[in-house]
Amino acid sequence: MATREEVVTGLAEILEEVAGVNPDDVSEEKSFTEDLDVDSLSMVEVVVAAEEKFGAKIPDDEVQNLKTVGDAVSFIVANS
Amino acid sequence: MTKPDVVVTGIGATTPLGGDVASTWDAMLAGRSGVSKLTQEWADQLTVKIAAQLAVEPSEVIDRVRLRKLDRSEAVALIAAAEAWADAGLADAGLDRERLGVVVGSGIGGAQTLLAQDDILEASGARRVSPHTVPMLMPNGPAAFVGLEYGAQAGVHAPTSACATGAEAVAWGLDMIRSGRADVVIAGGTEAVIHPLPIAGFASMRAMSTRNDDPEKASRPWDKGRDGFVLGEGAGILILERADHAAARGARIYARLAGAGMTSDGYDIVQPHPEGTGAARAIAMALRDADVAKADVVHVNAHATSTPVGDMAEIAALRAALGDHPVLTATKSMTGHLLGAAGALESIATILAIRDSVVPPTINLDDPDDALTMDVAAHKARPLQIAAALNNSFGFGGHNVALLFTRP
Repeated sequence: MATREEVVTGLAEILEEVAGVNPDDVSEEKSFTEDLDVDSLSMVEVVVAAEEKFGAKIPDDEVQNLKTVGDAVSFIVANS
Repeated sequence: MTKPDVVVTGIGATTPLGGDVASTWDAMLAGRSGVSKLTQEWADQLTVKIAAQLAVEPSEVIDRVRLRKLDRSEAVALIAAAEAWADAGLADAGLDRERLGVVVGSGIGGAQTLLAQDDILEASGARRVSPHTVPMLMPNGPAAFVGLEYGAQAGVHAPTSACATGAEAVAWGLDMIRSGRADVVIAGGTEAVIHPLPIAGFASMRAMSTRNDDPEKASRPWDKGRDGFVLGEGAGILILERADHAAARGARIYARLAGAGMTSDGYDIVQPHPEGTGAARAIAMALRDADVAKADVVHVNAHATSTPVGDMAEIAALRAALGDHPVLTATKSMTGHLLGAAGALESIATILAIRDSVVPPTINLDDPDDALTMDVAAHKARPLQIAAALNNSFGFGGHNVALLFTRP
């Protein structure tokens, strides 16, 4: 099972690929939309890529609760 | 009601001859071909193994993250629009965005996205289909992305009439300004379907040249040896502007868009009327609309795609509507056929011919068809003072569009 730190690193890789986010800017307190400028369609891509990377199923109605990188990390750590 | 004058104040293009207007125009005047062999593995299975591919890849101009949300047809439209916008000096013009319109069409649209995402659907399942798929493949995507880029709020439109699309977009842009709905319109066409499926489809119709061993000689409008068109890709964009609006901001004016004619054949879904009657009516309509005399139209940038029937039907139409005097050219001999972008790119060539007093050449016209009774600037560019020039575009479905440009 991945540690929180490993999940942050993995999400940073996905965010760089999908949305061009600088990995150095990715940390747990950052909001996907407000701080990292990830638009709604790109957020869908991030979720699908994260599911694949961490083997976690992220239901569509859960995605709206994942406001920050930390929210995503908590969900992935608890569900993978 | 008098029609307000409409002028062209900016042009932009990315084509098989160059990544911008200047390099494309230089290559045209030099008579260079943009056609080459397809080296992609998928071309092995096709009967057609040549195409006119972009001289500059969009990835050299648009950053990777943005590009992955754009179909190739949208990317090239944005590249051409950026050049035209800057060329027109609109960046700092304080334009009222509620008076800015967009008319940008494509003949086929986001087919590359559709086919690539279908591959993903088949191989990996529905959840892996990109959430960007729909805005990438929708036919109004290029117009919408261009409209978004410049904040256009007077209306964003995406006409589609196969190979007449680019010219039809310019004609609708003219109408938007004349009807008072916009002061400035970003108008043009885009196409990027160099992919095995569209090529196989056109090839199955026997519409394309199979001169695979001699790509640069494959597009040869009006030549006896012509055996079909060569598929090209790219985009052309014009900035159309009400003349008094352009004058008020001291804009540089390339040409007047004096008139347009649009008709439909009502004859066949793909074959042009053999006597070109619908095309002749479009040309006559453009002359009337522009109030320009036949004698003043001394140059025509013809549709002439290098197909056996179409090239000669257009000659019949030109003779009927204009007479024998104009000097013709077929720039598709060099660019290949950009389908929905062709009419826009060729409008740009027509405008530059007026500006520079030179007709770009028709290359590969080595053995003219016996029925070619008009004067063509074959092989070499020809100096010519041009008061008025016509640009023809015709499309599958029987669409005919004639645009008339005059010296400002």
